[in-house]
Amino acid sequence: MKSLRIIGRNIRDSFKGVFRNFSLSLASISCITITLIVVAIAMTLSYNVDNFAQNVEQDVTIVAFLNVDITKEQTDDVLEKIQNIDGIESYVYKSKMDVGKEWMESSEVFKNIMSGWNEETSPLQPTFQIKVKNIDDIGDIAKKIEKIDLVDSVKYGEGMVEQLVSVFDLVRKICIGIVIALIVVTAFLITNTIKITIFSRRKEIDIMRLVGASNINIKIPFVFEGLILGFLGSIIPIIITIFGYSSLYKNFDGKVFSSFIELIKPTPFIYITSLTLVLIGMVVGMFGSWAAVRKHLKI
Amino acid sequence: MDLIRMKNVKKTYKNGTTALYDLTLNIQKGEFVFVIGRTGCGKSTLVKTLYREEKPDSGSINVGGIEVTKLRNGKIYKLRRKIGVVFQDFKLLPKLTVYENVAFALEIFGMPKEEIHEKVVKVLDLVGLKGKARNYPTELSGGEQQRVAIARAIVNGPKLLICDEPTGNLDEGMSMEIMKVLEEINKMGTTIIMVTHDVDIVDKLKKRVILLDTGRILKDYPEGTYTREVA
Repeated sequence: MKSLRIIGRNIRDSFKGVFRNFSLSLASISCITITLIVVAIAMTLSYNVDNFAQNVEQDVTIVAFLNVDITKEQTDDVLEKIQNIDGIESYVYKSKMDVGKEWMESSEVFKNIMSGWNEETSPLQPTFQIKVKNIDDIGDIAKKIEKIDLVDSVKYGEGMVEQLVSVFDLVRKICIGIVIALIVVTAFLITNTIKITIFSRRKEIDIMRLVGASNINIKIPFVFEGLILGFLGSIIPIIITIFGYSSLYKNFDGKVFSSFIELIKPTPFIYITSLTLVLIGMVVGMFGSWAAVRKHLKI
Repeated sequence: MDLIRMKNVKKTYKNGTTALYDLTLNIQKGEFVFVIGRTGCGKSTLVKTLYREEKPDSGSINVGGIEVTKLRNGKIYKLRRKIGVVFQDFKLLPKLTVYENVAFALEIFGMPKEEIHEKVVKVLDLVGLKGKARNYPTELSGGEQQRVAIARAIVNGPKLLICDEPTGNLDEGMSMEIMKVLEEINKMGTTIIMVTHDVDIVDKLKKRVILLDTGRILKDYPEGTYTREVA
């Protein structure tokens, strides 16, 4: 009962603290708000870059060209050998006629030329279009497929794919680095702002000590106050994330520049980001207050 | 019985100033003791070591059974709950009302509201501020503010009340009001140690007087023997 009263008092005092020192609270809240907005933007950017990289990587396909005069049985034989290779995600078989159809659809000229061709006369090669599980293995898998009898040649954008992968890897690492750095800077900024606000309340802390408040007794209301400040500070960034990203997505119809770059769907992305923001705000607010009060409790 | 036992207490500040030299002093329960001396003689340091605002370099201090010198930082609150302290500058929280300032000292123990109310009303009555409970400190005179500070210091029923120049900021009339309140509290059994510059007050009250000089006890006048002339 006694401890319940003490906890109740602490929570009440925390709210009082926020409102009685409103201008100072506002300073802390604004600081948290601004830094969290920057964090939200960085998170949105890095998630989208990551998503884009993943999409591109998933689209990379190995095309295995088969001999022109390959028979049905031989094709099945090749397929069996391809299936036995580790690391293959999926494959699509395209016969001579399928390939021809694609060409014909792409241009009138091809349509005129190819419309007379049939299964016997078409000079086009049937293909397997293969997707791999891990883009890093694409070179090895392509080599294995090339060694299979009756596979004429293999193409997957050699050189370019490797470059793309390494560029994306770099971009991804930079993005993660930026987000982490921003979170650290946020923590530092918020901690310092709260330190300043608490410095101006050291008289209160001194008096609490004087009348016999234990250190924990003094810390808890301030730590809880930090949590409240963090929570209040994350409200605007969350609103911006939820409504801002949703309307951005709607405005661009989910795509930027061309259909090539697809944005992440707003749900559940905006909710995950919002949750992350409120957690960062509260944890950093609590930690900031705790660190700031601790300094005043030493003799 | 002794409430305070200080033995060979020595305190040197970081800047090299020695505030207390080998100080030994006993104070009995229920006593009213003045500590006087020139500025810088160690008066304030002496009382600060009692409520562990300062830690002596050597020697031992026992206050009401607590070995103050052995007290860890995290346990100081146990000592503070047995001691009330009043300062020259009142140290009231300006954003709390008179009632809240006093109740503050009880709320941290998790005391029930009704009990807090009863005690605060009683102590405000004792210091003569019953009608000012809802006022803020800035709306009060200096003497009234100091009475609020005294109320806060004694509301918890401490064995010892330490007053560090409580009348330093007040005119003569207000000072005597404060002294009346302190005498009243002393009569109820609380031991009082008061640091002061005001020889007039010391002269009038005829209590035990400890005269400090450069960190040593120059003279310890038993109750009733101090007059300004002997000093």
